[in-house]
Amino acid sequence: MVELIKDGKRVDGRDFEELRKIKIEVNPIPNANGSALFSFGNTIAIAAVYGPRSLYPKFLQEKEETLVRVRYNMAPFSTETRKNPGIDRRSIEISKVIKNAIENSIFSEEYPRTVIDCYAEVLSGDGSTRVTSLNALSISLALAGIKMKDLIAACTAGRIGDKIIVDLNQLEDNYGDCDISFAMLLNTNEIVLLQLDGEIKKDEFLYALKVLKEKCKIIREEQERKIKEYFEKNA
Amino acid sequence: MLEKLVLELLKKGKRLEKRGFLDYREIKVENNVIPRAEGSSRVKIGNTEVIAGIKLELSEPFKDEKESGVLIVNAEFAPIAHATFEPGPPSEEAIELARLVDRLIRSSKTINFEKLKISDELVYGVFIDIHVINHDGNLLDASALAALNALNNCKIPKYEDGKLIRNEIIGKLEIKHKPLYCTIACFEDKFLVDLNQYEENVVDSKIAIGLKEDNTICAIQLLSGKIDYDKIEKILEIAEEKTKYLRNFVF
Repeated sequence: MVELIKDGKRVDGRDFEELRKIKIEVNPIPNANGSALFSFGNTIAIAAVYGPRSLYPKFLQEKEETLVRVRYNMAPFSTETRKNPGIDRRSIEISKVIKNAIENSIFSEEYPRTVIDCYAEVLSGDGSTRVTSLNALSISLALAGIKMKDLIAACTAGRIGDKIIVDLNQLEDNYGDCDISFAMLLNTNEIVLLQLDGEIKKDEFLYALKVLKEKCKIIREEQERKIKEYFEKNA
Repeated sequence: MLEKLVLELLKKGKRLEKRGFLDYREIKVENNVIPRAEGSSRVKIGNTEVIAGIKLELSEPFKDEKESGVLIVNAEFAPIAHATFEPGPPSEEAIELARLVDRLIRSSKTINFEKLKISDELVYGVFIDIHVINHDGNLLDASALAALNALNNCKIPKYEDGKLIRNEIIGKLEIKHKPLYCTIACFEDKFLVDLNQYEENVVDSKIAIGLKEDNTICAIQLLSGKIDYDKIEKILEIAEEKTKYLRNFVF
């Protein structure tokens, strides 16, 4: 068994409710309408948004709202042993839940008959890859000028024994007792992504949600700060 | 057309089948329905019908897994089940459903994999396939119920000289827990369970809660829409009550 907690610290030396270092690059992909690189420690995701743009074939168009398409993908070199390139079942499921989060965070009725393509590539995976991707997409959407209810702040939490931890790394994801992926819009107090795997008691889960909300505030602030900084520099 | 009617009814606090917002439709369970399968169950919830079949196959254990057992869950939304189901590769909904049933059974450590070990290099692999026969909503709750019933009635064939002798049964698969899903929908300020196919398209959001018999949470997924942060506690309470009810249909 892997020892995940030693002398009250986690394997990477963090406290239980401590996030890894957040790094954000704004608009690293000039071709996209909006793009961002987001990392929690060794987990790095780069995202790009193309759109709103016209959608063909025409029968795919939605009369009242935009169509959101999401592709979450892990680069073959992002994992410990090389991952076969291409979309597997896990990526399809993750793309689906990320799509749902985005659909519920933007004003889709503003862009009828169009498509917004959202792409996230995990460049380096050390746990929490889907929330890292969603944070990168949140900034990308904002940069693309898509009207949003709020920036989307996403984070993971988990349980190791009786301890609740946040921002899981790969070891904690693999060997912990429970992991939760979470994203919310703080403006509206709405959860837009919630997935749980592993075992947890109700009280522990509700506590984890409370911690996640706190951490999402920090993540949201960081997103906003970087976006403002970018516009000040490029004004 | 029907969706519009269902929406109007929901706004008045009513449902198509004249049931309460937190009532399930009639549930029927029939086990051991597939003679060829090691375990099987046919579950109906109203007009929704699914069959879960289990095949045990000789497999190599995964070396890097926490547990040594082999469990594969797959779901087929066969075109027989609904006008909108098309042949071809599985849809994202089918993949999500299969992965959710897998997560429920795996997280709760329901299967006693120790009993399925033949040697260090060989185990009985558990392959659960969920076949949707008629889709009238709430496929996830029905599929989890069918999978659990099939597991609970799964026979283990004899292993001899590198192969399985399917007609010689040496015992039953042992399950340690009874995890089930309850999918809860939010509509305006109300909560609903067991949605039919029309209700599924008009509610604001759907969330699946997987619980063991002691109410330990073992899987959660926001399936569609967004959920008010402050509603989660109430949703968990409903799931506790409803999975307890559903457990009456595990035989």
